[in-house]
Amino acid sequence: MGITRIKHVTGAITRLFLGISLWSVSGLALAAYELNFQKPVTPIAEEILDLHNLIIIIVLIIFVIVFSFMFYSIVVHRKSRGYKPAKFHDNNTLEIVWTIIPFLILVGMAIPSTATLIKMEDTSESELTVKITGYQWKWRYDYPDHDVSFFSTLSTPRDQIENKTAKGENYLLEVDNPVVLPVGKKVRFLITANDVIHAWWVPQFGVKKDAIPGFINEMWTRIDEPGTYRGQCAELCGKDHGYMPIVVEAVSQQEFDKWVSLQRNKAVAAQASAAQKWSKAKLMARGKQVYGQCAACHGANGEGVGPFPKLTGGKITTGPVADHLKIVIQGKPGTAMQAFGPQLSDVDIAAVVTYERNALGNNTGDVVQPSQVKALR
Amino acid sequence: MATATAHHGAHPTGISRWLFTTNHKDIGTLYLWLALILFFVGGAMALVIRAELFEPGMQIVDPHFFNQMTTMHALIMVFGVVMPAFVGFANWQIPMMIGAPDMALPRMNNWSFWILPFAFVLLSSTLFMQDQGGAPSAGWTLYPPLTIQGGIGTDFAILSIHMLGISSVLGAINVIATILNMRAPGMTLMKMPLFVWTWLITAFLLLAVMPVFAGAVTMLLTDRHFGTSFFDAAGGGDPLLFQHIFWFFGHPEVYILILPAFGIVSQIIPTFARKPLFGYNSMVYATASIAFLSFVVWAHHMFTVGLPLAGELFFMYATMLIAVPTGVKVFNWITTMWRGSMTFETPMLFAVAFVFLFTIGGLSGLMLAIVPADFQYHDTYFVVAHFHYVLVSGAIFAILGGAYYWLPKWTGHMYNETLGKWHFWLTVIGFNIAFFPQHFLGLAGMPRRIPDYALQFTEFNQWSTVGAFLLGFAQLLFLYLVVQTIRSGKKASTQVWDGAKGLEWTLPSPPPYHTFATAPKVK
Ligand code: HEM
Ligand SMILES: [Cu+2]
Ligand SMILES: [Cu+2]
Repeated sequence: MGITRIKHVTGAITRLFLGISLWSVSGLALAAYELNFQKPVTPIAEEILDLHNLIIIIVLIIFVIVFSFMFYSIVVHRKSRGYKPAKFHDNNTLEIVWTIIPFLILVGMAIPSTATLIKMEDTSESELTVKITGYQWKWRYDYPDHDVSFFSTLSTPRDQIENKTAKGENYLLEVDNPVVLPVGKKVRFLITANDVIHAWWVPQFGVKKDAIPGFINEMWTRIDEPGTYRGQCAELCGKDHGYMPIVVEAVSQQEFDKWVSLQRNKAVAAQASAAQKWSKAKLMARGKQVYGQCAACHGANGEGVGPFPKLTGGKITTGPVADHLKIVIQGKPGTAMQAFGPQLSDVDIAAVVTYERNALGNNTGDVVQPSQVKALR
Repeated sequence: MATATAHHGAHPTGISRWLFTTNHKDIGTLYLWLALILFFVGGAMALVIRAELFEPGMQIVDPHFFNQMTTMHALIMVFGVVMPAFVGFANWQIPMMIGAPDMALPRMNNWSFWILPFAFVLLSSTLFMQDQGGAPSAGWTLYPPLTIQGGIGTDFAILSIHMLGISSVLGAINVIATILNMRAPGMTLMKMPLFVWTWLITAFLLLAVMPVFAGAVTMLLTDRHFGTSFFDAAGGGDPLLFQHIFWFFGHPEVYILILPAFGIVSQIIPTFARKPLFGYNSMVYATASIAFLSFVVWAHHMFTVGLPLAGELFFMYATMLIAVPTGVKVFNWITTMWRGSMTFETPMLFAVAFVFLFTIGGLSGLMLAIVPADFQYHDTYFVVAHFHYVLVSGAIFAILGGAYYWLPKWTGHMYNETLGKWHFWLTVIGFNIAFFPQHFLGLAGMPRRIPDYALQFTEFNQWSTVGAFLLGFAQLLFLYLVVQTIRSGKKASTQVWDGAKGLEWTLPSPPPYHTFATAPKVK
């Protein structure tokens, strides 16, 4: 009880201090500005916020005390006031005191920090495992216990980014396929990357961890409240680092189970459709959607961006179909052209290759079927 | 070199004076001008960044170019502005402060300067190679595997880092040789001005870590072109190895960027407080312990990479410990001011602002050391705010303050005090509007190094951009003021500041080309 009181008081004082310093800077209404962490929704995020508030209070108190001496001195000990300089230049007692007191304060800070850290690093006894893989520039989520896996990409339309249409409420913080997690369960994340280092961060969970190719990191969370939580990649990962958000839907266990079976049905349906023969029109329509991922580098109209080659009239996009499929499936090592084989379904690859060969100013007339993709894998 | 008299009497003039000079004052001037020019180059890049971030959405540049700007801005400011400016101060001041006729190794001195312009031409030329990928864009920290993907600009950057490293190491050797061998009789180590002490310690840091950095970028180069896989997990390497090596260099590097600033401020405050520096001995010990600790805290930049718990705890405690000697310095400066007889000319204004604002950066550094909280702060604008408080209102303010402090000595003219005060206030106000709100942006969840952001971050970003432009344009005033002081201005006396103590103030203003040809006696 005593602890929660302290937390409330420290929280209130923090807001006050932050508020005042903000007002002095801006003089504008407070409401429009976020001054502190987003509202925590996990026990760890809650603890981190309390720790942060506690430290900020200590730091502010030290700051105010120390600099009240300086400002007093600046006002009083002036030549213009006829103040005569003192002669002292040493005092061992003072030096020892202001070495030891800060040290003790630091010990006081280290204790709660250590306690929280130990909890954060304890991933044992989890009830669900989700594997997260960072790609340039999207996230892949695998639920090994449920046989579910999918990619999650930014869904904000390019027109909003290019200021052609008004920006939506969740500008840059929205995705096509959110991660779905059950509330109240200890979820363990295994996190890695496919190409370069990324970092998976949802502020309201107090979870941030680097996704490193070739290594698997661990972390955990337990979400208390159902809701939609948003985050972003936190480690510079190249051109579209600012465009790979994270969206988590926290739902009840029943809804989670429903979602899992829905995902499974979708996967079965997708397999069936890959066996069919697809019409050019259908492939082109789907290819146009998939091409969104390619447009980041090759340009919305295949015009290329900087070092990334153009596809309009390109050697590969108008050359043999097999070469075109190969580079999409296997990528080009040592460049940002990654292997899309493991990321996209046969249908998606067939569709996007068909699209690239018959749009973007190309007109080869080739229609690529999912079966051709399968044969080349 | 016909005879000794010809050598000493006549100096080359025009361009060859500057190209072939071995004179510490000339070389100091060259370093300082290079730093000032690059300050504007790096500053312009910062303004491109801030202009793009004024509003959500992409307006001015594309994301790839944006990343080139953040990378180049940092590389230029760190290696092209702060470090050369400090070496410029060292060249001018160390011989005059210890009563030496010149630096110990004058020809090497010339070389260590003249490497730099070429290094920066190489580095900047990458901006004109946009078709091959442009300038390096993986951040100044150059993390692989992202750096491995970079275009030819990355190779240029690696070569130029090698050149910068050679220059720094030569400069450091020169500083050490000068301080240890060329002090005037009676100038014992514990009588040296604090600026000299901080530079001596900085020089050892440079010697220790620049080769480490050179090694790291060489490994990047061989990974890129010669089939090694030091940092490639697929070939049995480890991407994190680079981060460990980089930060083993990188953390001492941030102290390389601040210790000479501590030195400058420790010269200025006693002068304008008209009272000796408080706790000289403890200042020296604090500097040395900061330097020592800086070698054992590097992984505080890597708390989220998945270190073992024991590692996280060790680096948290070690980092927190640095706050102790840093605190001692701040307390000593304030106690030096205490019961002094202070006046507030421009150098003192910058020094006082340094103490106040640097401490904000030091305290946010302490917050960053708290690992659980750093999981939230890391790679957000909170970190950006932290390092600009220590680097701009730390290193840069000390450099500006030091320039005002010694400019009358160097040029023989007083600068225009009214303009100086204007420059100070515009700089301080612009700086705080630009960087204080970034603390809040970071806490609210804005990642660093992004070209575009979610709508809730808009207002603070707008403040930040407005402040940055104010800060940037205020520096033009400084350029004007420096040129004006060189060309005209009231004649400066030998003493310049009535409270100033030290050998440099016994020399005329400006000092003759060669000074202390016979060593002064220090009591
Ligand atoms: C009390 C002293 C200080 C402490 C405890 C401290 C602590 C830290 C910590 C923990 C970080 C990593 C934050 C993160 O990435 O999550 C950091 C970043 C940084 N600090 Fe400090 N710091 C201190 C003083 C300084 C000084 C004096 C400088 C330079 C003059 C400095 C420059 C930097 C820079 C440049 C970074 C960011 C590097 C990057 O990621 O690009 N810090 N500091
Ligand atoms: Cu990223
Ligand atoms: Cu550090």
